[in-house]
Amino acid sequence: MLSKIREMLSVSAMEYGWVMEPDAKNILQLAGIDVPVSCWAKTTEEALAFAAKQGYPLAMKVVSPQVLHKSDVGGVIIGINTKESLLAGFEKMTRLNGFAGVLIEEMFQGIELIAGAKIDFQFGPVVMLGIGGVSVEIYQDTVIRMAPVDSKDVESMVEHLKAHSLLKGFRGAKPINMAALTNLMTTFSQLVTDLSADIESIDLNPVICNEERCVAADARIILPSAGN
Amino acid sequence: MNLQPLFAPKSLAVCGVSLANDNHPANVIYNKNLLRFPIDVYPVNPKGGTIRGEKVYTAIDQIDKPVDMAVIAVRAEHVPEILRQCIRKKVRGAVVISGGFAEAGRQDLQDQLVEIATRADFPFIGPNCLGIYAPSQVDTFFLPSERMVYPGKGKVAIISQSGGILVDLLVKFAGEGIGLSLAVSIGNKALVKEEQFLQFLANDPTTSVIAFYIEGFGQNEGRRFVDAARKCKKPVIVMKAGKTHGGKRAVSSHTASLAGDYKVLSDIFAQYGIVEAKNEQELLSFCESLSSYPDSSARKIGIITGSGGHGAMAVDACLSHGLEVPLLPDAEQKSLQDSLSPSIRSIAATGNPIDLTGSAVEDDFAIATSALLDSSEVDCVLVLLLPYLPGISSDLSARISQIAQKTDKPLIAYVPHVERYRMLIEGFEFNKVPVSPSIEGAVLMVDALHRRSSC
Repeated sequence: MLSKIREMLSVSAMEYGWVMEPDAKNILQLAGIDVPVSCWAKTTEEALAFAAKQGYPLAMKVVSPQVLHKSDVGGVIIGINTKESLLAGFEKMTRLNGFAGVLIEEMFQGIELIAGAKIDFQFGPVVMLGIGGVSVEIYQDTVIRMAPVDSKDVESMVEHLKAHSLLKGFRGAKPINMAALTNLMTTFSQLVTDLSADIESIDLNPVICNEERCVAADARIILPSAGN
Repeated sequence: MNLQPLFAPKSLAVCGVSLANDNHPANVIYNKNLLRFPIDVYPVNPKGGTIRGEKVYTAIDQIDKPVDMAVIAVRAEHVPEILRQCIRKKVRGAVVISGGFAEAGRQDLQDQLVEIATRADFPFIGPNCLGIYAPSQVDTFFLPSERMVYPGKGKVAIISQSGGILVDLLVKFAGEGIGLSLAVSIGNKALVKEEQFLQFLANDPTTSVIAFYIEGFGQNEGRRFVDAARKCKKPVIVMKAGKTHGGKRAVSSHTASLAGDYKVLSDIFAQYGIVEAKNEQELLSFCESLSSYPDSSARKIGIITGSGGHGAMAVDACLSHGLEVPLLPDAEQKSLQDSLSPSIRSIAATGNPIDLTGSAVEDDFAIATSALLDSSEVDCVLVLLLPYLPGISSDLSARISQIAQKTDKPLIAYVPHVERYRMLIEGFEFNKVPVSPSIEGAVLMVDALHRRSSC
C-alpha cells in the first residue's frame, strides 16, 4: 500500500509539482480514511452518469493543475440538486484555467473539523485536530500531538478543544461518531508517520463528522519543496 | 556514554590556567575547587611554572596520578588537541568552557570535537558553557565563589542552555529555599544534549525533579527529548525561550500556519505531562512544589485564609488555572463550625474558602487544616497565612505542616516573605511544605501538581 502511495506522490510531483484533489483522496482512501463517494468527470456524460447512480445533492469541484485554492476562483459548487444545475456548473468550470475535469461528490451534513499533519523540524511527524472549515484561522482552536496517536490521544485532543462540547451533542444535536473520528485520526497519523520523508504537510479540511461517519471532504497534500 | 564521572570526580585537571592573570576563567575554576571542594586539582599550562606554590603541569599526561575529569579553557583551535590528550590519559570526561565554535561560525571545529569524542566514547559538556556545579562535589563555573549565591543541597537538577540564566536561577533557588542536586550549563550542547541528561538524571538517586531551560532543539531532537521524558518517572519541567533553528517555514497549508514551532512544542509537552514553565516565577514555583510532591495530584482545592480578600484572590487564580474550589457539604461545614473557637464560630465562613477571619487563633487554623485534609471533596490544601494576625505565633507553620504530613494530600502555603516572618516561612520549608511569597505563586505550585497529573 505504501509503495503504491509513494509512487502516486512522485507521479504528482513530477507532472504538476503538487497533488490534485482526486489523487489526494485516492491516497487517503488507500490508507483507509473515509472519503466521499466521488467521480472525476471529464465530460458531461460522465458527470450525468455518476449523478444518476449516486443521486442528489452533489458537490462539484474543479480539477486543474493550475488551481491550488479552488474556492478563491469559484471552483467549488455545493448543493447541486438537479441535472440542469449540474450541467450549468460543469459549463462554468470548463472556463477555469487548466480545466482537467470536475470532481463530483456525495454531500455531507455535520460538524466541520480540520485534521492536519506536518513534518516538524524539532518533533518529526505531528498531527493536529481543530475546529475546521473556512474560519479555521480565525478561531485557531486546535490541538497538536506527536504522531502516531492512539485512541487515548484522540480522546485527549477532543477534550482539549475549546469547542469540544460541539462534538458531544450540543443543544440537542446528536454527538458525532467518536469511533469514526478516532479511526480517522489514528489511521491518518500512521499514514503521515510512514510518509514523513515524502510529504511536508497535509490538510484534511473540512473533515465532516456526524453521528454516522467522519469523512475527509477535502484534502491538500504539500510535497517537500526542493532544497528542504 | 557514562556521565557519572563528570558529577562526582575525585580529581580534576584545569587546562589553560594563566601564570599572569589571576582572573582568567581557568584560574578562578582552579582556585575554587582547590579551596572549597574535596578533590585533587591539577593546573595545566604548557609553560609550566607554579601557581599558589603548586606545580603547573605542562601537559595533562605529565600528571602522574589518574585524572577523572578535565576542564578545558584554552583557545578554541587548541581544544581538539587537548581533548585527544585527555583521551590518551584516560580522563573520564571533560567540560569545554572555551567559546569560538558553532556560535562564532566555526561549526567545523565543533564537529571535530564531536568526532574525536564520539570515537573514544568520551563525554564532554559544551563548548561555550559554564559547565557543572554539583553541590559539595565540583564547580566549573568561572565565577569567583564570593560572587555566587549557592542554594542548599536538595533534589532539583537544572540543565540550562544559557549559563547566565542558570546562575540567576541558583540565586533565586537560594532565595526561595529550593534545594539543588545538580546544575549544568550545556552551552552549544555539541555532544551531550538535554536528552542524555534526562536519561542520566532519571536514574540519579539524588535528583527527584528535573528542570530545563531550553532555547531550541536541533532536527528531531525535540522528539527524542520527549521520548526520554515519557520513560522518566520523575517530574520534568521546561522553561522555553527564543526562536528555534526551525529552518524554512512552510506556510502553504493551514496546518503549517496553525502549528507554529511554539504551539507544537507546548501541545506536545502537555500531551506527555512535561510541565512547561512560561516564565521564571512559574519555573521556581513548579520546582519547589514538585520537589516536595513529585507524585501527588491536585484538582479540587481547599483554601484556608484569615482574610476574605486573600480567599477571593486565591479562588480567582485557581479557577483561571482550571482548578476547582468545591463547596464543602453542609455536614462537613457544620462539624467544622462546631469545632472552631467560640469567638469566630458565628463569623467564620466555612464553605470553601474557609475564612477564619482576623480573630482566629492557632487552634482554628489547625482544625480547619485537618478538616480539609479529611474531606473527600478536596485533594490539596492551600493555606494563606497572614503573620500579622494577633492570634497566631511563629510556631503555626510547623504545626500545620506536621498535620499535613500525616496524610497523603499536599499542603501548600502563602506567607509574605520579609525577614520578620522568617521563622514562619522556615517552619514550612524545613517541613518540606512549599511556601510562596505571593498568592499567584502559591496557586502556581498547586497548578504544577495538577498539570503533572492531568496528562
